[in-house]
Amino acid sequence: MASNAPALRAIAVTAGRDKSGRPEAMDISFSPGMITALLGPTGSGKSRFLQDIESLADADTPSFRRILLDGVLPDPDRRFDLQGRLVAQLTQNMNFVLDMRVHAFILAHAESREADDPEETAKRVIEAANGLAGEPFSPGVQLTQLSGGQSRALMIADAALLSWSPVLLIDEIENAGVDKRRALDLLLKSDKIVVMATHDPVLALSADRRLVFENGAVRKIQTRTPDEEALLADLLTAEERLSAIRADLRQGRALRA
Amino acid sequence: MRLVTVAGPPSCGKTSLLAKACAELIAGGTACAVIKFDCLQTGDAALYEAAGVPAWAALSGGLCPDHFFATNLEEAYAWARDTGAKCCVIETAGLCNRCSPHLRGALALCVIDNLMGIEAPGKIGPMLKLADIVLVTKGDLVSQAEREVYRHRVGQMNARAVIRHVNGLTGQGCRELAAILKKAPDIASVTDMRLRFPMPGAVCSYCLSETRIGSRYQKGNVKKAAFGGDHGE
Repeated sequence: MASNAPALRAIAVTAGRDKSGRPEAMDISFSPGMITALLGPTGSGKSRFLQDIESLADADTPSFRRILLDGVLPDPDRRFDLQGRLVAQLTQNMNFVLDMRVHAFILAHAESREADDPEETAKRVIEAANGLAGEPFSPGVQLTQLSGGQSRALMIADAALLSWSPVLLIDEIENAGVDKRRALDLLLKSDKIVVMATHDPVLALSADRRLVFENGAVRKIQTRTPDEEALLADLLTAEERLSAIRADLRQGRALRA
Repeated sequence: MRLVTVAGPPSCGKTSLLAKACAELIAGGTACAVIKFDCLQTGDAALYEAAGVPAWAALSGGLCPDHFFATNLEEAYAWARDTGAKCCVIETAGLCNRCSPHLRGALALCVIDNLMGIEAPGKIGPMLKLADIVLVTKGDLVSQAEREVYRHRVGQMNARAVIRHVNGLTGQGCRELAAILKKAPDIASVTDMRLRFPMPGAVCSYCLSETRIGSRYQKGNVKKAAFGGDHGE
């Protein structure tokens, strides 16, 4: 299935400039299997960083960063040959704008990605999306009629099952109105380079390392400590309890203290 | 002087893209000039000038802007050469989707955006089908899956063209666009060049400013559609 996915051992993001034009402190490299979280206040440059990777920036975006693939700057032909194949991306986008029905759209996407069995792939994507979305939707519904959560669920299932790219970029999956743990489980099955912008403490601590942003640039790199791992376990327990309460409330059950 | 024609529906991002790419071209040492053909009004020449790109806007007023472009191409080319440009970029109004201003022997760009609907690449017609390069803008406003499906559809309409995702607001891809413009065919004169596709024939009463509705006012090249029956086929 991963027949047209390009092989990649490492990507590096060279130091660019912050919003005031001051140089960024460091280059940052990423290798397969590693999960990196991007943290920082809204507007601090996390999404820009993701977009720089997605577009294989070559000092041609406001950050002036460059993206190196396996240590080298891709030439224009390779850069554009890889466009759309190297990176699967989930943006903060909550809505589709294209005037197509769900099934026709996913089928067209499977065909454009040269999936072995587009029909079967489309079926699996729609099933997985319905597993993530609160209220299921029919394959015949227009994309633009999906709710924010349903749209996001479809984008997540599509990225996980159809966009077999070696790099996965995720922008604030916690805002999706979908089950974020299940979404992450679906997305993180493989040996990808994963970079996710987040404000969520559980997601942030799930990452192997964290980049902290300020004024458009990376200010700090932190690796998860054993203490933080213990804290993550506590938070996961607390979150399970919260999820159970949320499920009860949604289904109209009475709660006990 | 190298010659590039650029077409695309209104507000798809032609000007912001070209202003950035031409500024890159000039920064790289290649003088260029832009002529914008438009219909009623445009502030685009000022946008180019603000980016440091010599530009001239020509307004067609009551005439079809694409016919007007063809009628004025020699003069436009001469103006660009007088500025000392080595590369002449012609941005057309691209209003009716039926037209294609592209010339045989010049580089032809088509700009479309990701918000136009999945049928748009089919509806746009010759300005897309006959382009050498298709630039897709506003990709940051849609999901990756939509970008890929749209790109696939563009590829089905024009399998020969190189398709690029670019962003006129952030400048992403504009340096590559400048590199592409720099390799446009170098021509000596536009005189005797040929359009890739004929423009729509006209000259009916309404071309001559008739405003009244009704068969009795219609003279000249008048075509009546069939309504009912087999969908007019």
